[in-house]
Amino acid sequence: MTARPVIPQAIASRLGWAIMDTWVVTRRDLAHWVRQPGPVLASNLLFPVMIVLMFGYLLGGAMIVPGGGDYRDFLMPGMFAMTMVFGIGATLTAVSADAARGITDRFRSMPMATSAVITGRAAADMLSSAVALAVLAGCGLLVGWHPHRGTARALGALGLLLLLRFAFLWIGVYLGLRFYPNPEAVTAVRTLEFPIGFLGNPFVAISTMPAWLGAIALWNPLSSTVSAARQLFGDPMGANPSWITDNAVAMAIAWPVLLIAVFFPLSLHRYRRLSR
Amino acid sequence: MDTPAIVCEGLSKRYGKTRALDGFDLTVPEGAIYGLLGPNGAGKTTAVRALATLLRPDSGRAEVAGFSVIRQPAQVRARIGLAGQNAAVDEILSARQNLVMFGRLYHLTAAAARRRAEELLGQFGLAEAGGQAVGQYSGGMRRRLDLAASFIVAPRVLFLDEPTTGLDPHGRNEVWQTIRALASAGTTVLLTTQYLEEADQLADAITVIAAGRAVAVGSPDELKSLTGGDRIDVVLHDADDVPAVAALLQARLGVDVSLDHDGRKVSVPVTDRLAALTEIIRCLQDENIRVEDITVRRPTLDEAFLHLTSQQASPGDTAGNLSGQPAEVSAS
Repeated sequence: MTARPVIPQAIASRLGWAIMDTWVVTRRDLAHWVRQPGPVLASNLLFPVMIVLMFGYLLGGAMIVPGGGDYRDFLMPGMFAMTMVFGIGATLTAVSADAARGITDRFRSMPMATSAVITGRAAADMLSSAVALAVLAGCGLLVGWHPHRGTARALGALGLLLLLRFAFLWIGVYLGLRFYPNPEAVTAVRTLEFPIGFLGNPFVAISTMPAWLGAIALWNPLSSTVSAARQLFGDPMGANPSWITDNAVAMAIAWPVLLIAVFFPLSLHRYRRLSR
Repeated sequence: MDTPAIVCEGLSKRYGKTRALDGFDLTVPEGAIYGLLGPNGAGKTTAVRALATLLRPDSGRAEVAGFSVIRQPAQVRARIGLAGQNAAVDEILSARQNLVMFGRLYHLTAAAARRRAEELLGQFGLAEAGGQAVGQYSGGMRRRLDLAASFIVAPRVLFLDEPTTGLDPHGRNEVWQTIRALASAGTTVLLTTQYLEEADQLADAITVIAAGRAVAVGSPDELKSLTGGDRIDVVLHDADDVPAVAALLQARLGVDVSLDHDGRKVSVPVTDRLAALTEIIRCLQDENIRVEDITVRRPTLDEAFLHLTSQQASPGDTAGNLSGQPAEVSAS
């Protein structure tokens, strides 16, 4: 008969378990990509590429970027950031489905590191978003976009985008654990993704908006990451002088850190509440 | 005497004003198939979730395989399996991938996890379909995979929360056979079910739970005898006669009769079978009522169950043999 697992007591071996278990849970998602590539391809690749082509070519002709510059260059950092926004829905859906179908409970009833349920999800979603970002960047290169200010700044921009994704991850985990008994709420949250983008600067410059909308868009955390990425890639900024835009890189760090500081504890709290 | 596989005393859990568990007691001996029976909302699932370390009880004591579910949850988790309502498998992955993944999470090496997955696929009759996505499985196959997943490290105690809910009779039979095989290999099984027939078929002993408390403990036969003796079923030719016959028999025999919902059957609880049978036949002949069939039988577990839980539902009325305490009818 198979040996019963011995529960480790030392901190080092417990950490070892946590890392091993995280990797097993992460690999489960990677196996999903292989077995059922359809949804991953559609949400990670086809959809953003379609949006780039639609906005870039179909609507792009009618778009004038305030302060000058090519609309497609203006759009690409916005699309990168939108891909991070779509990640909220991906995380939310996966977390709520596992909780609703009882997979989370099975994990919780097993002698594995409890944290791995969440850290495995986090690792898989970050990987998925990194791949999506890489594909979209490749697509951007094909339609003539490219970073103007060197590799280091370009990598910095990608890093800031992934930092935003990491913040969104905890929003997704929190909402998933909050709303899993209620699939309608999960769908409702997903439909809010696009409005988040339109209430920011990914598609249009804030200076073209009415003042009240511009104020909302300016304070949208997404806008800071988009501005910072535009700045680091050397893409048109859309002429929008303000304190937030002038300090876009700092704000693109501050906003996600703030979101993590709020939603990471909330997620943990929700996860612990599963045992109430 | 061996330590019981499961003991809980005074287990309580409330949600707002609802007492999901209200001083629940349970003792399950090692090696038994033990049934936890109760109507919907009686606290069966809450009890299993608490025992499987998924839920923290507000008060009371609970030990599984000798370890406290509250203070030593990791030790408990290393010794239990959970299947049914509360545990599931990944639908996109194949059965084999599921079992290897869970094996890895039980910290088997990659090779050992693969070997164990193959063993389990064979043992649970899934070897042929092992590579298919679980989403394409029949209900019975999925439940068997669910059981296999809870059996990666043969657990001391296996919790099955309504393991056959939603299965067709064929799937249910498959799962029953599997459960019997697992129990005969020495695992203690705690089974919750709404199907009273299921408890009757599988369980060596049963605790009846209602409103978060154990209201009766005993073997299926002992619980049936709690409802007081045998029953005589009278099936009438004409459904229109049912109310008149019910009233007639009630008056003549001085007992509460029950009617079947499909309309033509009147059930009479009896103590002296022959005297009652003679009396019933005489009544029916006197009134010229056409009868299709008359049978004498033991009460079903359904009747025992309704009897027990309805007594519990009205707390002022528990004087009889229950008197607020679980009726200890087990002689063993």
